[in-house]
Parts: sequence; C-alpha cells; structure tokens
Amino acid sequence: MLTGSQSDYIKMALPKGRLMPATTCLLEETGLEFKDYTPGTRVYRLKSTKFPHLSAKIFQEKDIPIQVAVGNYDLGICSLDWIEELLAKYPTSALLKVADLQYGKGDLYLTASRYGNISSLQDLSAGQYSWRIVSEYPNLAETAALNFRLRRFRIFPVWGAAEVYPPENADMVLLWAENEQEIKAQSLTPLKTLLSSNAFLIANQESWQTKNISQIVACLSQGLELKDKPWLKIKPEVSKNTNNFRPDFNEEKIWLALPDGHQQSPTTEFLNKAGLELQGYSGNRVNRRPRFNMDWVNVKVIRPQDMPLQVANGNFDLAITGKDWLMEHLCRFPSSPVTELADLGFGQVKVVAVVSQELPMTNIDNLKQLIQAGQLSPLRVASEYINIADKYLRDNHVSRYQLIPTWGASEAFLPEDADLLIENTQTGQTLAKHNLKIIDTIFQSTACLIGNKNNLESSSKKEKIASLVEIFSRAVESN
Amino acid sequence: MTSQKCKGARDLLPKDMGAFRFIEDVFRKSCLGWGYQEVRTPTLEYLHLFTAAGTLTPSMLSRVYSFLDWDGWSGERVVLRPDGTIPVARLYIENLQPQEIARLFYITNVFAFEETGRENRERWQCGVELIGINKPTSDLELILLAIETLGNLGIGDFQIQLSHAGVLKAALEELKLNPDEKVRLLDQILDGNWQVLTEAKSKNSEMGRLISLLLDLRGKGSSFLENLKALPQIPKKVKPALDNFAEIASLLDVLGCNYQIDITSTRGFEYYTGLCFQFSAKGKKIGSGGRYDNLIPLIGGKSTPACGFALYVDPVVNLIKPQATKKANQGILIRCDRPMTESIQTSFQLAESFRQAGYVAELDFSGRQSDWRWTITVQDKPPSFTCTDQTRNRKREVTSIADVLKIVGGSK
Repeated sequence: MLTGSQSDYIKMALPKGRLMPATTCLLEETGLEFKDYTPGTRVYRLKSTKFPHLSAKIFQEKDIPIQVAVGNYDLGICSLDWIEELLAKYPTSALLKVADLQYGKGDLYLTASRYGNISSLQDLSAGQYSWRIVSEYPNLAETAALNFRLRRFRIFPVWGAAEVYPPENADMVLLWAENEQEIKAQSLTPLKTLLSSNAFLIANQESWQTKNISQIVACLSQGLELKDKPWLKIKPEVSKNTNNFRPDFNEEKIWLALPDGHQQSPTTEFLNKAGLELQGYSGNRVNRRPRFNMDWVNVKVIRPQDMPLQVANGNFDLAITGKDWLMEHLCRFPSSPVTELADLGFGQVKVVAVVSQELPMTNIDNLKQLIQAGQLSPLRVASEYINIADKYLRDNHVSRYQLIPTWGASEAFLPEDADLLIENTQTGQTLAKHNLKIIDTIFQSTACLIGNKNNLESSSKKEKIASLVEIFSRAVESN
Repeated sequence: MTSQKCKGARDLLPKDMGAFRFIEDVFRKSCLGWGYQEVRTPTLEYLHLFTAAGTLTPSMLSRVYSFLDWDGWSGERVVLRPDGTIPVARLYIENLQPQEIARLFYITNVFAFEETGRENRERWQCGVELIGINKPTSDLELILLAIETLGNLGIGDFQIQLSHAGVLKAALEELKLNPDEKVRLLDQILDGNWQVLTEAKSKNSEMGRLISLLLDLRGKGSSFLENLKALPQIPKKVKPALDNFAEIASLLDVLGCNYQIDITSTRGFEYYTGLCFQFSAKGKKIGSGGRYDNLIPLIGGKSTPACGFALYVDPVVNLIKPQATKKANQGILIRCDRPMTESIQTSFQLAESFRQAGYVAELDFSGRQSDWRWTITVQDKPPSFTCTDQTRNRKREVTSIADVLKIVGGSK
C-alpha cells in the first residue's frame, strides 16, 4: 500500500462551453462526476460526488493549459489546440499530455477568403507584401508563418469572430473548425491543416512526478477502454453562422466595426436614436455583416476587445467599443494613432482593483505593505486587461507581481488562483456575491467611438469619416 | 541568497573581462592589419530581416527573442539580434552600397533562447565580413585572417574543417524532390540531421552513390575533391560548385594550410552558398564562416557576393593561457590614514601625478591593505610621505610629490 500520498488532494480544471456536455458524460460514465458540472451552471467550484480529496473548477478552455502549467491545478481537460497554442510560445511549460480523450474533434486551418487573391500557400511566398493574419491563436499563427517562410507578415490576435475579417480587413485567418465544410460555409478556403485536435487530459509535470493521481487517471483510462463510449456521440451545440456575402473592395467606403455581446443591444438603441438603421444587427442571430441604410458605410460585427488594434492598422476606419479596451490598447502601445472621437455615454462600468474579502486590507497601500512583509510575493494578478493591470502595478511601484491573462469569468480566480483582480463592474454585485471587495477604482469606462488620427488628417476618405463622426456626435448631444 | 539573475544570463567578472578584452584587442589588431574597418549594429532589428527563406531556419527563428515594441501596434515584431552577419549585410545595403568592396569587422553579442538555462542565451562573437568579391582568394583571405588571429591569441592546436554549401545545395536539387519535401529536408539538414539525407538518397541510386561519397568520407587535401570531380556521375549542376571547392582547397594546400574536408561539418548554413569553414579546438567549435552570395539581394540590396566568419568568444576564453590576461600595469596604493582637508587634497594630487606618469593609483581613506608593490602613506602634517616597498620590505620618508615619484620610478 502507498502511504500518505493516498490522500493527496487533487484539483482539476474543467472546460466551459463546447466541450462541456461530452466532458460531463465522460466523467459520469467513469465515476468521476461532479455535482453542478452541467451546461448553464452558475457555480465555478465543484466537489466530486465520490472522492472527498478531489475538487474541480470551471474555466474558459483557453485558461486551462495555463492554469495546469503554472501548477494551480493537477489535471485538466481541454482541446489540443489550446495546449499547442501555449507550447508554441512557451515550449518548456510544465505540462504533460496524458491521454487523448478522442471527443471534441476538429482541426486548425490556415484559411483565406474565397473572394480574395490567395488560393494556395505558393501564392504567399512572392513579393514584399506584409500578410495580415487574424487569429485567436497568435502563437501558432506566428510559428506557421515562420515555417511557411512568409517573408513579411503581421499577426493580429483577436478574441473572436476571426472568420469575418477576410477578405477586406485581413488576408488570412487561422481558426478551429469541426471540418472543411464548416470552413467553406464561412466563404473561406483552407490552405493548410495545421493541427488535428481532440480533447486531452493534461497534467502538471510536478504533480505527476510527486503526487499520487493514479486513481483519477485509472478511472479515465478504464473509460477509454470501454466498448461503448456515449460521450463520443454527444455533438456539441455550436450555432454555426453561415457567412454568405459579396465582398466589397471599394476603397472609398468607410469600414465601421460594431460590437457583439453585451454592448450589442445598447448600441442598437443608440444607432436607432441617431436615425441609423441596420439590418441583421439586433436579435439573437447576429449577421456579422449587417447592412446599413447608408451605402457608403460597410459594417462588420466583431469583438469590442479587438477594435483598437484594427483601427490602429487601418483595417477599420471607425469602431464602437469601450473606453476600457481603448485604454488597454494605449497602455500597450502609447504611440498608437487610435483616439476617442465621441463619448457615447452608454455602457457605463468601473474598472477596479479587487481582492478577496478575507484579506485584511482596504486600499492598494495596504496591499503593498503586505507584499513588503513577504506575504503575497509574488503577487498573482488576474485580468482580462493585462496591459492596464501591468501599468497600474508599475505606477503603484508594486514589486514583484505575476500577470495571469484570463478570457472571462475572472472573478472565479480569487482567492485560490490569484490574489488581485483588475476587472470591470457595473454595480459591484457580482463581485460581492463572489466574496470579493474593491480596493481601488482605476477609471470609469463608457462606450465610445474611436478612429485613427492619421486617417482623419490624410486619408482620401477623411470627409466621409468626418461626416459619420458628426452623425454620431449629434446623436450623443440629442440624448 | 537566491540569485536574481535571469536564467541563461551571465555576469562577466573582472577576470572574465580581462580575458574578454584581450581577445577583443588581438582580434581588432589582426583585422585592422588586413585593412578591415570596425562597425557596430543596433541590438534591436526588425524580425522580417531574418524571416525570408535563405536567412534563418525556422528552428533558429523559434528561439529568437521577438516581441512587439511600444509602437508595435502594426504587428511588426522586433528581435534581439540573433545573428551577426545579417545586420551587417543590412548596414552595408543602407550605408555602404556605392562602395564596391567593404571589409568590415565587429564584436557583438547575439541572443538565442536555450531551454535549460544552463547554457548562455547571450553569446559574444568576433565577426568579419568581406563584401563585394566572389574570387576564391577572398575565401582564402578570411581563413588566413582567422588563422592569424587564433595564432596571435596563442591557440596553436586547432583544426579546420571545410564544407561547401553550393555543392550540397546543387546535389539536393538533383534529388528532384517536390517543394514541400525539399524545404522539410533542407530544414532538417540545416539543424544537423544528416540522417534524413541518407534516407532520401536511396530513391535515386546514381545520386545516392555520389551523396555517400560526399557524406561518408573525410578528405585531407584537394586531391580528394579532384577524385570526386573525376567521377562519371557528377551532374552538370554540381560541377561548378565542386570546381570552386577544389580550387580553394588547392590554394590552401599551396599555402601549407592543414584542413579536413567534411561536408557534414557545417550547420545552420541556411544563407551560405559556397565554401563553409569551421574551426575547432579540443573538440569544441570555436568559429565558423562561409560565403553567402545571395543574402544581400535577398534582404533588398543589389546582387553582391560576400563572405565572412565569426570567432566565438565564449569557447575561446577557455583556450587562452592565463598569463596572456595578467595585469600589465604597475599599481600604487595611496593611503591617507587621517583624512583632513589638506591631506585629502595632497592624496588626490599625488594620485593625479602618478596617473600622469602612467601608473595605476588606487586611493584609500579607510586603512586598507592591498597587494600592490608600493604603498604611499600621506601623513596629516604636510608635506610628508611614507613610501613602503612591499617586495623589498623597505620604508622611506620623503617630503615632496616629486621625491615620491623619483623613489617609485627608480625602483623599476
């Protein structure tokens, strides 16, 4: 018998979203089920129904390899693409791929628009053109570009909606899809399959070397040897947007980016007040290329997080985003030409510094004292706003700290996986519910219209840009 | 105390710097003697300078320190210089192109990530580039300059290995692979995996035999290459490269230079097009170089032939003898045991006089001992000096700075 290690406490990181239904089924079939691990759950921290020494937390899939690599979790389940995305940049991560769980199949494709001028990889090697590649997988995109010997390229990391950028606003997209049909339905042409990905069981290297996690691994292994594997039959519910459109290469038209997600309905309301009509922007199924009642404006619906970088590079002329995302961009690139053209007033949030209620402090100075006293060192800081967080900590002379980028649901990181959170909040209620408290308000954010200083001065479209800005500004004043 | 130094980084201590400067000085002197001029390029360069096919291999690119600058919103990445030659080629294109021939040298650090952190991620090299000549005599010039430098450093026991990227690349062409396969094969060979070539060659038996003769044998003189040239199955496209290789080898024979021909001796020769050479001592690679006629046009310059080499400072440090790095200057310790305004003033004046006379003068106001031969103690009742000669264990009292200098000067 093993001694002591039999009772090793084991923590698992489990995915939200696409992989959740099949993962739930796998865990149930192998006797590892967790109460509340079901789609739509509002709980993040899970207890195993059978094993008292096993607990789990729910994360965005992209967070899981990072959380396991840094050792916050012993085991994790996520798709291979996110594992490889981490390893592409940090090949020495303390991460072990333990088992291929075989579900959640899909591939990572490098694609170009079928309306563009790229039909094969050979088309990329000629000339001095700097190819624009959009992806949620910037590290893998860079590796691919280097391996294909692209002479010049620019990688634009995005939070989502990568497929809508080409052909007008990007040349290529690296994205995940279940199969080629799905790629083609987006009017994209696959140039190369970079990776075939399944859900994987991963382990932290240190845990694997020192802890006894055999019981959990054995349960999963038995499952993988079963003849009948019901979890392989579960098809994830992915709302597949088809993307049928006529591309518009007219260089005199204005490109406007509108936000998806939370900001969508207040933006619709605002546009209506401004007398602007959009077809296909409101409602549940977003058309990512809605039509405007002004034919000199082209609209795409993308993530607000991605807009400042796109406007800085002239891929879009104007965009409606939040001041928080503009600030995040300017903290990273202080000389960026992106600027706020109008404060639209809606979508008010505060960006705040947050700690657990349990910590004996009320402001940032208390926090610094605690760090100086040798506690909380290095300070683990989780945030979606990684550059705002970095600047805030630098400006406050906090030393040393460790930034943990997150992709949503950051409040669940405290207290066990981070000490400080830089997060937005409307009322503070969600934070309070998670037993968190605000120790500092960094700034107030509202929705704003952003543009590119250089284009406002010198672009051939500057009059058109100015008149659209005018329309928005008037709508703000009339409110 | 735990170290706060970055993984893979290194501190150079006074003794290391002594050796480092010695190598630098010898190298500079040799280069200046051959008519080369020193240049220095920036630490940061744009990544795209290194990404074009024919510059750095993907495996080297995967280890560069690349990042977005504070104004990198365009997505244009910058790198910490991963290679010495490419930035100098860029410098030539931007500043010296009208000048037909450029003989340039540099002492620079290059950066490459190394996984374990036990090896240095920042390495120093002494590099030479001869731009504008495609004659075999220029390849020869570089080899002889390198040999002279190593000789001046007191390193006698080193070997030279020769290879030829032109021969190798022409032979690869003859394998008639599809573009995908070719890139994959070349990438692996560039990383030193010659095994893949042995596997690929079996498909084409004529070429297979030739590649075996090239890869498996080591030659000790130009005759080896003459023998290869005489073979019936040498393809037409391989021949000019082989001729060039044989010509340089026979010139080296004439000059009495010992070398070994080993096609597999070279690595990461992505941008090389002709002769490649490597220096090794005690089993360690201490320098390498070669001809790169396509690099300058590839990164946007006019078609310009060029060749170059670099000596690696880190392994060379371990080969130079300690006496070569010993302290050359004679030093004086000036002690002032009771520092008062006047005695402090006198101490600094005395130190200045010594320095002007070519001595190293170290000042001390806290009663310290040193291992310099002379200690001059400045008394607080001026002008009064005690001169102690520690090697002869003698003391003299004098009253003026001039007298102190006389006593120390007379002891030489």
